[in-house]
Amino acid sequence: MKEIKNINTKEIIEQSKIKSYKNDVKKTPYMDYVFNVSPKSSHFKNLFWAYFVGGLICALGQIIIDLLVQNGIEDKVASVFASCILVALAACATGLGIYDKLGRFAGAGSTVPITGFSNAMVAPAIEFRSEGMIYGLGAKMFTVAGPVVVNGVVISCAIAIIHLLLGV
Amino acid sequence: MLLNIAKAFLMGGFICMLGQLVINFTHLTNGKILVMFLIIGAILQGFGLYQPLIDVFGAGASVPISGFGCSLVNGALDGIRAEGFFGAIKGGLQATAPGIATAIIFGYINALLFRPRTKKK
Repeated sequence: MKEIKNINTKEIIEQSKIKSYKNDVKKTPYMDYVFNVSPKSSHFKNLFWAYFVGGLICALGQIIIDLLVQNGIEDKVASVFASCILVALAACATGLGIYDKLGRFAGAGSTVPITGFSNAMVAPAIEFRSEGMIYGLGAKMFTVAGPVVVNGVVISCAIAIIHLLLGV
Repeated sequence: MLLNIAKAFLMGGFICMLGQLVINFTHLTNGKILVMFLIIGAILQGFGLYQPLIDVFGAGASVPISGFGCSLVNGALDGIRAEGFFGAIKGGLQATAPGIATAIIFGYINALLFRPRTKKK
């Protein structure tokens, strides 16, 4: 009887170890391995390229806005129109495979501008088209853009209601 | 005009550099970075702090995704002034609909035109 009990306790201890690993993903040996193997790039170089590419995209946006305003379009409309043009350009660049190459060294410089949002929509749309037009293209288009739109709408509605309640 | 472009370059670069700093230290994925900056922009505009940045730096502040969050909140606030509670619900998407619709339409066209590329390492 005693032996059986010992075996049981050992098994229970082992099982509990596995469970604790499952609960704590960061502490598994696999994640340690991933952390050690993933390439470490220098912070300074990353920051420089992010600044440069991000700045260039925003400067391009400003050039488009200025050109639109010169041609007699209102300031506010020009700003919306310019971001639409940037989104369209980024969608075409993603299709041609240029944006991926840019994103490889620019990092956040290509993610944070609105062009990154466009890229995040178009890239999965192209990739998953083979899974069908409805559940492939139609659904996968929103894997990244969905969370952005959902969070944006919820938070904007919440802020507006807070303003209404406070009477600002 | 050159001054405007220089300002946009400086501010836009700065915001993207902040994003890269976050990525360097936390290894967050692109989607989370996008949502994070969107929420930061929306909350700043909730306190009325983001629109002044856009007024000064132009596209430097409006092209990054935080500007998208700002225009969502602006739309919702405009809606609430015009139509009350109902305006708060529809205002945000109404203001940002051109951008989202452009991304959907051009995404669709591009998905029809191009085949997926094999990723080279």
